[in-house]
Amino acid sequence: MTVTVNGERHELTVPAWETLIECLRDRLGLLGVKKSCDVQVCGACTVLLDDQPVSACTTLAFEARGKHVRTVEGLARGEELHPVQEAFVEHGALQCGFCTPGMIMATVALLGEIPAPTPAEVKHYMRGNICRCTGYQRILDAILAAAGRLAPGGRPRDVG
Amino acid sequence: MLRPFELVEPASVAEASELLARHGDAARLYGGGTELLLAMKEGLVHYDYLVNVKTIAGLAGLRLGPDGTLRIGGATTHRAIERDSIVREHFPALARMEEDVANVRVRTMGTLAGNLCFAEPHADPGTLLEVFDATVRIQRAGSERTIPLEALFVGPFETCLEGDEILTEVVVPPPPPRSAAAYLKLGVLERPSVGVGVAVTLDDGRVAGARIAVGCVGPVPRRMREAEALLEGKALGESRAALAEAGRIAGRAADAVSDLHGSAEYKAHLVGVLLTRAFHQAVAGLDVRWKSR
Repeated sequence: MTVTVNGERHELTVPAWETLIECLRDRLGLLGVKKSCDVQVCGACTVLLDDQPVSACTTLAFEARGKHVRTVEGLARGEELHPVQEAFVEHGALQCGFCTPGMIMATVALLGEIPAPTPAEVKHYMRGNICRCTGYQRILDAILAAAGRLAPGGRPRDVG
Repeated sequence: MLRPFELVEPASVAEASELLARHGDAARLYGGGTELLLAMKEGLVHYDYLVNVKTIAGLAGLRLGPDGTLRIGGATTHRAIERDSIVREHFPALARMEEDVANVRVRTMGTLAGNLCFAEPHADPGTLLEVFDATVRIQRAGSERTIPLEALFVGPFETCLEGDEILTEVVVPPPPPRSAAAYLKLGVLERPSVGVGVAVTLDDGRVAGARIAVGCVGPVPRRMREAEALLEGKALGESRAALAEAGRIAGRAADAVSDLHGSAEYKAHLVGVLLTRAFHQAVAGLDVRWKSR
């Protein structure tokens, strides 16, 4: 199949039963995609499929054919962090960091859809991303700050 | 790791049905995979063939007919339904229920028809759709039938579908004039523990129709007709006064089972609480819509 991952086209031959997380981590070395609950509950493996958030753990890799997959590795430009990443750092929105790639990708999806969300909209959208460290307040602060920082129209910078 | 299987991608309902007939128990329809892949990863089930419904032409999407009937195609995702402007305008309770299904990632991949066909008792859509008197269109190669949604559910994880039948459309009739619906749920785990749907039709200050369904607590989502009858045909105030009794009746009729989600007694109590709140919420929504005209 042909798949674009973080702006780069790949021609891959994947078996039907390969999950997207296996494909991204084991085939392409994108270790920012975290496997935690493995049952689509925790959100640590959140990646974007044509800008829509999915659980890479419970999505078959072939579903990505012809699509654009985005992972946390595709956000920064060299040393320059994506505004969502910057906001997470500045607000201390992480402790252990394991949930963070998924949190950030879900945030990118949210802000692509709702450029200026209310706190209630953020909480509803992010309900499926679980963090055991922060108590969520700093994550909420970071997301609202990131929303204010993104370009007019709110669409995150195109990464390819 | 999933055990190896073969993916087959039919272009039509007839082709999919023939594939299912040919491979029998070795094949299963695959939509969003949000339930099926979990069961396969756990090793609870295995299929040699997954038949992808998403390659069937015309199966995704929804449309509102000239008579107000909503037809939701079998490959339509929860997310497509919750975000659809037609649904939000004409079936606001359906949009609200859909935007609270699981989480955004499940709703992105998961389909409404898949949710119904998996018949996991701890699910939301069936309960609300039953108070809309929804029907489901079921097709196989060479024939089709349309049945009430209630008749689809046979037991936990069990529907009345034959091996080669495919649920191709969820059909939601137009709600009666001056009616509104609400769906409320409560859960302590990832999936809902109790779900109650209520639809109320008012006519000149009287409750002309009350439809109630309860899900999650028993084996299948069920209409609560005895409780409905208690609320119907009364002045709104009298119906409100009868809500506690209707809640008790529905709590008993729901066949609650004790499990990790709570005791049967606890769930029966919650059915009454949510029924009362959902009734008030539906009527409040009706007031808002009525005044805004």
